[in-house]
Amino acid sequence: MKFSTTWLKDHLDTGASLSEITDALNAIGLEVEGVEDPSETLKGFKVAHVLSAEKHPDADKLQVLKVDTGEGDPLQVVCGAPNARAGMKGVLGLPGAVVPSNGMELRKAAIRGVESTGMMCSARELELGEDHDGIIELPDDASVGHSFADYQGSSPIIDVAITPNRPDCMGVYGIARDLAAAGLGTLKPIAFPKFDASGECPVEIRTDDPEGCPAFYGRVIKGVKNGPSPDWLQQRLKSAGQRPISLLVDLTNYLMLAFGRPAHVYDLAKLSGAVVARRATAGEQVLALNEKTYTLDESMVVIADDNEVHDIAGIMGGENSGVQDDTSDVLLEIAYFDPARIGVTGRRLGLASDARTRFERGVDPAFLEEGLDLLTGLIVELAGGEASDIVRAGSPPSEAKVVAFDTALTAKLGGVDVPADEQKRILESLDFEVGGDWQVNCPLRRHDIEGPADLVEEVVRIHGLDKVEGVALPRMEGVARPTATQAQITERRVRRAAAASGLNEAVTWCFLPEAEAQHFAPEGAELWSLANPISEDMKVMQPSLLPGLLIAAKRNADRGGQTSRLFELGRRYFKGADGLSDERATLGVVLSGEKTQRGWASGKAAHFDAFDAKAIALDLLEAAGAPAAKLMVMQPVAEGTGTQYHPGQSATLRLGPKKVLARFGMLHPATLKAFDLDGPVAAAEIFLDQVPQKKANVGFARAPFTPPALQSVRRDFAFLVGNEITADDLTRAVRSADKTSIVSAKVFDVFAGEGVPEGKKSVAIEVTLQPQEKSFKDKDLKAISDAIIAAAAKLGAELRG
Amino acid sequence: MTDLTSQKQTALDAIAKADTLDALEAVRLDALGKKGWVSLALKTLGGMSPEERSEAAPAIQAVRAEIADALDAKKGELESAALEAQLAAETIDLTLPAPESAKGSVHPVSQVMDELAEIFADLGFAVATGPEIEDDWHNFTALNMDESHPARAMHDTFYFPDAAPDGGQMLLRTHTSPVQIRSLKDQGAPIRIIAPGRVYRSDSDATHTPMFHQVEGLVIDKDIHLGHLKWTLETFFKAFFEREDITLRLRPSYFPFTEPSVEVDVGYSNEGDRRVVGGNGDDEGHDWMELGGSGMVNRRVLEFAGVDPDEYQGFAFGLGIDRIAMLKYGMNDLRAFFDGDPRWLSHYGFAAVDQPALSAGVGARA
Repeated sequence: MKFSTTWLKDHLDTGASLSEITDALNAIGLEVEGVEDPSETLKGFKVAHVLSAEKHPDADKLQVLKVDTGEGDPLQVVCGAPNARAGMKGVLGLPGAVVPSNGMELRKAAIRGVESTGMMCSARELELGEDHDGIIELPDDASVGHSFADYQGSSPIIDVAITPNRPDCMGVYGIARDLAAAGLGTLKPIAFPKFDASGECPVEIRTDDPEGCPAFYGRVIKGVKNGPSPDWLQQRLKSAGQRPISLLVDLTNYLMLAFGRPAHVYDLAKLSGAVVARRATAGEQVLALNEKTYTLDESMVVIADDNEVHDIAGIMGGENSGVQDDTSDVLLEIAYFDPARIGVTGRRLGLASDARTRFERGVDPAFLEEGLDLLTGLIVELAGGEASDIVRAGSPPSEAKVVAFDTALTAKLGGVDVPADEQKRILESLDFEVGGDWQVNCPLRRHDIEGPADLVEEVVRIHGLDKVEGVALPRMEGVARPTATQAQITERRVRRAAAASGLNEAVTWCFLPEAEAQHFAPEGAELWSLANPISEDMKVMQPSLLPGLLIAAKRNADRGGQTSRLFELGRRYFKGADGLSDERATLGVVLSGEKTQRGWASGKAAHFDAFDAKAIALDLLEAAGAPAAKLMVMQPVAEGTGTQYHPGQSATLRLGPKKVLARFGMLHPATLKAFDLDGPVAAAEIFLDQVPQKKANVGFARAPFTPPALQSVRRDFAFLVGNEITADDLTRAVRSADKTSIVSAKVFDVFAGEGVPEGKKSVAIEVTLQPQEKSFKDKDLKAISDAIIAAAAKLGAELRG
Repeated sequence: MTDLTSQKQTALDAIAKADTLDALEAVRLDALGKKGWVSLALKTLGGMSPEERSEAAPAIQAVRAEIADALDAKKGELESAALEAQLAAETIDLTLPAPESAKGSVHPVSQVMDELAEIFADLGFAVATGPEIEDDWHNFTALNMDESHPARAMHDTFYFPDAAPDGGQMLLRTHTSPVQIRSLKDQGAPIRIIAPGRVYRSDSDATHTPMFHQVEGLVIDKDIHLGHLKWTLETFFKAFFEREDITLRLRPSYFPFTEPSVEVDVGYSNEGDRRVVGGNGDDEGHDWMELGGSGMVNRRVLEFAGVDPDEYQGFAFGLGIDRIAMLKYGMNDLRAFFDGDPRWLSHYGFAAVDQPALSAGVGARA
């Protein structure tokens, strides 16, 4: 909310400087968002007198003026304004001044060969209005040489952010009250213009909805003369960023901006019958002042007469009964509406207004009658007319909240010692009534006060938060204890392992376009889809980490990036059976583009393949603490996973047949097409939620181990096996031949083609044998060899000669 | 004897002249081979009298040794010359590039979260987490924002069409504060936690993204007051920025879930076009910048979370992680955080080995 310091000083008697005022506002919780100081922005602009105006020798539309600035010799100024003439007074910008409208610094310059020292300004150039047809014309009594900012009387404008709990500060008067409490000056009493009220109000006023509209006060003024507002009023409204409209409208806005009190003025001629606060009927419509038609329902309170709705209560008036320039008789309305209902109505209609902002936060229930008298007095004073008596329907809440307060709480909660009498002074300066037993009566306008903690806040903010001294938290004895959970430790390890293996960690949006999300949805999974997404591209919560990474890889490729090695640690979001969110920690990896660029030693560029993804998946699972030796590679990825992965070049890593810890491999061409990516692209997903967690209380000591004293022996075997037998099948079979002696069985060659029968392949395996108590003898080695060959034979493998 | 001397001299000269191993071998055979003149001379010893032999033998042996030594020396010389010549032929251009290994990186948000965990662990705070898809009750109601609360409108909430099992709608959490409620319900008081994580607001422009990161802090105990809050934030920021001149300004504010509520500003100065935290915001060349909200936890929130507000009290705060990451590490574009551009990630990301540790300073220096 914006206001000028002149306006503030209408209500606050203070000698404080601008910076003292803004510091105090920040200190008491009225955050200053900006300050405009016209004496800064209008620096270098002066009231000047045009002594003469001659035609420019080389330009038809320009004149050469001699201008008196009140000191020294008159200045020569070239001017193109048609209204520039000898004898007039206007505003001259001197060299060095900066034109507010365009930020241009004025300089001494030659215009068409004639020297010009400064510029005569239009209203638009000084951001004082839209007028740009000519230069500003000041009255004859304007004192030449005066700074224009001073002459205009424009004072600095302060913009403060009012938090939703302080509707009482949504008027300049309320802000002045807070500043006075903080010691910045004295709050002036409200000046009520005197007027005579006589005769009963000729309009019947009722509230048929005492819950939605507990109080509705009114009064008629006959014989008013509407028209433009006086300067003082226009200046105040402009400083608040409001456009003056007409005296009657401006005065209601003034009441709202100065005292936080919305009111409404109806053109009496447009009303017929009783004016009633009631619930709208379903489907009832009203044309509001913003020229939009709103359709109402039974939850909304309206003000209506016999014919139609004239006001969406507390939010916006109706167009049909608004005051016009020729309005002569008016009905004033000042009411109290239920804050919650105003909020619901406003949200339902999607209609925001200054009145709604105040009503839904809660206006002062004690300021109906005074507010109406103030508005009446101002109207009678400035627009004339004769006022009727007030008519009242219902009554506003009048029971003050009483809080039992213990001044010790200020130190206990606020951490600062404030003497009890100072606490009392602060509360009383904010209109709290403090009883002898510290029963505190709260002013009705302070809807935010619920209990003693709120009073602590009042005391501390006025006393000064800067007086709160830091106090160390009590500390446990000794070195700080570890705090991370096993899951947190796992995530940290996996993240750094991924980075160590050359992957860049990305963070991408958790919401995806519908199609991309569905492409990666597990069969039968229900996804979370936003009701109000920012765009269709950010709608469905990710069921996989891959889509976000693929979108990033695509962006990178489009920018000319050759390689994306990306990973992200995030969550997959599913709907749980309980209707709540089932979020699963997951790490996704995408490898796209060139694995190695072409090089002098390696030749052509190489792409990623499924084994790159496998290596990463295994590394990361191991970092996550999965038992690497027990993992089974199972192909294909799974039944029914459709077109996510290449069906022949992808697999899962499982612990047992059901527990999938990871998926990896090449992506399906359909996936690449869906994401508009050039392939091949490899990917991996680590399902961290499936990785068995370390048991609690595992100690630090490793399992006992002594390197074997005897040297190990290596033997090679080459088998012919059917194509359907996997390397894993064969090596498992080989190892099973002698679990004690065989410590490893590694495939070192796979060959098919010439010399190998159709449908078969040759697989060569290096077996490492570790003697235990004593060295192997020839017959031991032969026995193990025979056992290996026999075990392989069970898979149909024959030893090659 | 003279004969032997001249033969020796001839052989030594031949050794010196030999420029190949073959030539050297010929000299060796001529002198020391089975039929070489030295060998023959040795054989003559057999026919000599003991007196003659005792005189002749040492002389012949001396000649033999001298020639053998010369042969060895020359052989070594020739071999090392040959090796040098071979190595010279094997010269390669080592200015050619070595095989490149991809350098991975940790995202700044993750790095800063690790730093937070490290610093707060030293102050006795554990790290808590909660779901990002929340219900209305945990995100709003339990934080003292009932349905009609005006502050709700300021949250720009993303909603799901799904009803929450306990009433209200499901939504994307707008702050990390629901973790306060969940942690208190699970663990009760006393408690010290931070809760870093992703949060969501339906807001998107140059400085706002619809997804961003916050860290929540919560301390509930018997005698915790605003002074502890101030000390905790000051202590954290001093450790985080590794500067002793961090100055905080607390300003009264309003959040439904705290009472009193306090906005936290930090003093900074501009160096070039970068904001550098430190110093008093009121000093010349300095200003204040908002870092987050905080306050004493509202009694009603404690009640909602099942904690007795007459026995326990404490503070909570919320800070923007992306924001403090930018301030510390000098990024100026929030949107780039979520773009996944490998160039940006490589530049602003952190090495795997930059694991924050108190003894090394939690920050990773440029």
